[in-house]
Amino acid sequence: MSAPFQRHRLTPWILMAPQLGIVLVFFFWPALQAIEQAFYVEDAFGLSREFAGLANFKAVLSDATYYQALGTTLVFSLAVAFGAMSIALLLAVMADRVIRGARIYRTLLVWPYAVAPAVAGVLWLFLFDPTLGLISGLLGDVGIDWDHKLNGAQALALVIMASVWKQMSYNFVFFLAALQALPKSLLEAAAIDRAGPWRRFWTITFPLLSPTAFFLLVMNSVYAFFETFGTIDTVTSGGPGGATTTLVYKVYQDGFVGQDMGSSAAQSVLLMALVGGLTWFQFRYVERKVQY
Amino acid sequence: MQRSFLLTSLGITLALGSYASSAQANTEIAWWHAMGGALGDKVEQIAADFNASQDTYTVKPVFKGNYSETMTSAIAAFRADKGPDIVQIYEVGTATMMAAKGAIVPVYQLMKSADVEFDPQAYLPAVTGYYTDPDGNMLSLPFNSSTPVTYYNRKLLEQAGVEEVPRTWQALGDALEKVVDSGTASCGLTTTWPSWVMLENYSAINDVPFASQANGFEGTDARLQFNRTAAVDHIERLTQWQEDGRFAYGGRFDDAAPKFYSGECALMMGSSASYANINENADFDFDVAPLPYDADVVDKSNNSIIGGASLWVFDGLDDTHQQGVAEFFEYLSSPEVQADWHQYSGYLPITQAAADLTRKQGFYADHPGTDVAIKQITAGEPTDNSKGLRLGNMVQIRDVINGELEDIFSGDAGAQEGLDEAVSRGNALLEKFESAHQ
Repeated sequence: MSAPFQRHRLTPWILMAPQLGIVLVFFFWPALQAIEQAFYVEDAFGLSREFAGLANFKAVLSDATYYQALGTTLVFSLAVAFGAMSIALLLAVMADRVIRGARIYRTLLVWPYAVAPAVAGVLWLFLFDPTLGLISGLLGDVGIDWDHKLNGAQALALVIMASVWKQMSYNFVFFLAALQALPKSLLEAAAIDRAGPWRRFWTITFPLLSPTAFFLLVMNSVYAFFETFGTIDTVTSGGPGGATTTLVYKVYQDGFVGQDMGSSAAQSVLLMALVGGLTWFQFRYVERKVQY
Repeated sequence: MQRSFLLTSLGITLALGSYASSAQANTEIAWWHAMGGALGDKVEQIAADFNASQDTYTVKPVFKGNYSETMTSAIAAFRADKGPDIVQIYEVGTATMMAAKGAIVPVYQLMKSADVEFDPQAYLPAVTGYYTDPDGNMLSLPFNSSTPVTYYNRKLLEQAGVEEVPRTWQALGDALEKVVDSGTASCGLTTTWPSWVMLENYSAINDVPFASQANGFEGTDARLQFNRTAAVDHIERLTQWQEDGRFAYGGRFDDAAPKFYSGECALMMGSSASYANINENADFDFDVAPLPYDADVVDKSNNSIIGGASLWVFDGLDDTHQQGVAEFFEYLSSPEVQADWHQYSGYLPITQAAADLTRKQGFYADHPGTDVAIKQITAGEPTDNSKGLRLGNMVQIRDVINGELEDIFSGDAGAQEGLDEAVSRGNALLEKFESAHQ
């Protein structure tokens, strides 16, 4: 593999240049600016700027609402990653067995991915609106009083459902592709040895899916931490009482609504470190269990 | 190929040249605003009428999203030296704008240097008070100001045997009890914009301080005080009502409105500018009443305070642009334009002349209830507690308050406990603002 490239030292760089350029401009540059901003106190208009050392970080880390948001984020991310992956796996296994009309099922299951997060949020909001919602009305009939505008646990459940629904399709595509790439001979051999479907799944299919599952775990964690912003914004705006304010939503609220750039930048630096650390942890420890 | 390319670029250059020369004769003034939907159409129309009335300036309105998005993008544009000439900023952003000396041109100064007639006395004091500095100079031009009023479902109240909406919170409690106990409606009262209606306006109407230093008008060292006034009892009252159905919390912003539209709640407190929306969405007869006052605290109602937005002018415009903005502001404040805007939107007329003109045109007689807001806001001389609020970081403070109110109404916190928490978190934001603006 490496032999041809040793004679062309420049070629790989030229080939990578467009992607590197994009990453530099849209990730490294803003990230460096955020790191710089985190050490300054500045008014909204940028008229006065003062070096503040670690004051922004200290303020963030001594703020009780930051820890509330951290807790919410952990619960939210775990629930979204686990929910989106397990449901997607179940659906993929079932869709893999369907023979008649398989294409239709697959297409329908992939569709939600094409829905923008904000639109997904609004769809779920309509279903669960305490006054007008279809599902909240049905829940009311069976004696469950649904009011996510006051009940924090219900609000969190609602944004989790909306985020899971949206991410499920992405996972489904990967699981289905992985399932179809499994060597059929292994499963057939096991079936001849009288291993039931349940046993075949857990001892053969599931371990063989582990590279895909690991990849999806990383992607889903990143999704839950960063990309669920639109869903949360449209469904609950972080409420009630901060019950659905995740770390990334707090960055937005403090920075864009509150115009507190220093604190917002400090929070993004902390968030970057947190997600970076988590990804490192996943590669260091979880990946060991993966069988390629 | 080359030849045609040359020709095309020549054509483009010519076209651009003629565009530039026509733009020279006609100065373009960018106006960033946050008025979506029907209100946005009206803004477009106002600008078009102004553009047709003269040919030196062209005002170009640009819709920039909701209030906080508009403010954020204007500030970002200013930092990149690409700011608009005029930007609409909501009232909770006022303290931030005022503190940004060097970023804005005060309106009184703009009008003076442009030599355009401008009489601050022509505006309603309860409106201009919000946008005037301690020396009595108007810093921004009020544009859309509203104040909360009580909307009620006439049919439901009749069915429950309630003749009219009572003037005090105490009597309102009895009336709502009738509504709920008779089974007429499952909920008595709901409110939009919870902090604005139930704390900020409650404090103004009942003449108790929301914050020290005359609610922030006398200095950035103001601190919140609503956890030590009758406001605590009021929130406690609402919490009890939440339990027995007389009150139902319906969310932040305008989220509670469907509870009123659907007939779930018989009464709703909300912005006077919601009139048109309610008219469109409610398929029942509704009417407007003033906000009640608290008979345990005062004998008569103080004026209520406003919400809405005003127009700010960024610094760094050349003389022609400044002149254009000033002339546009003069046009915008004329009684005809204001009266039309007021009647169309339900926002308050910002000048006395516009209110008089509206009355003369018979609008209030034809649309009963539309004058409740203006009567309420002109009820008596504004006191230190009812001039308005001028608190830094108010956007976040309101978020904090709404969050704590949600904890209180859901039973997670007691009224005193929740308001104490709101005050201490809010004061941290005020301290931050104070130290950043010394």
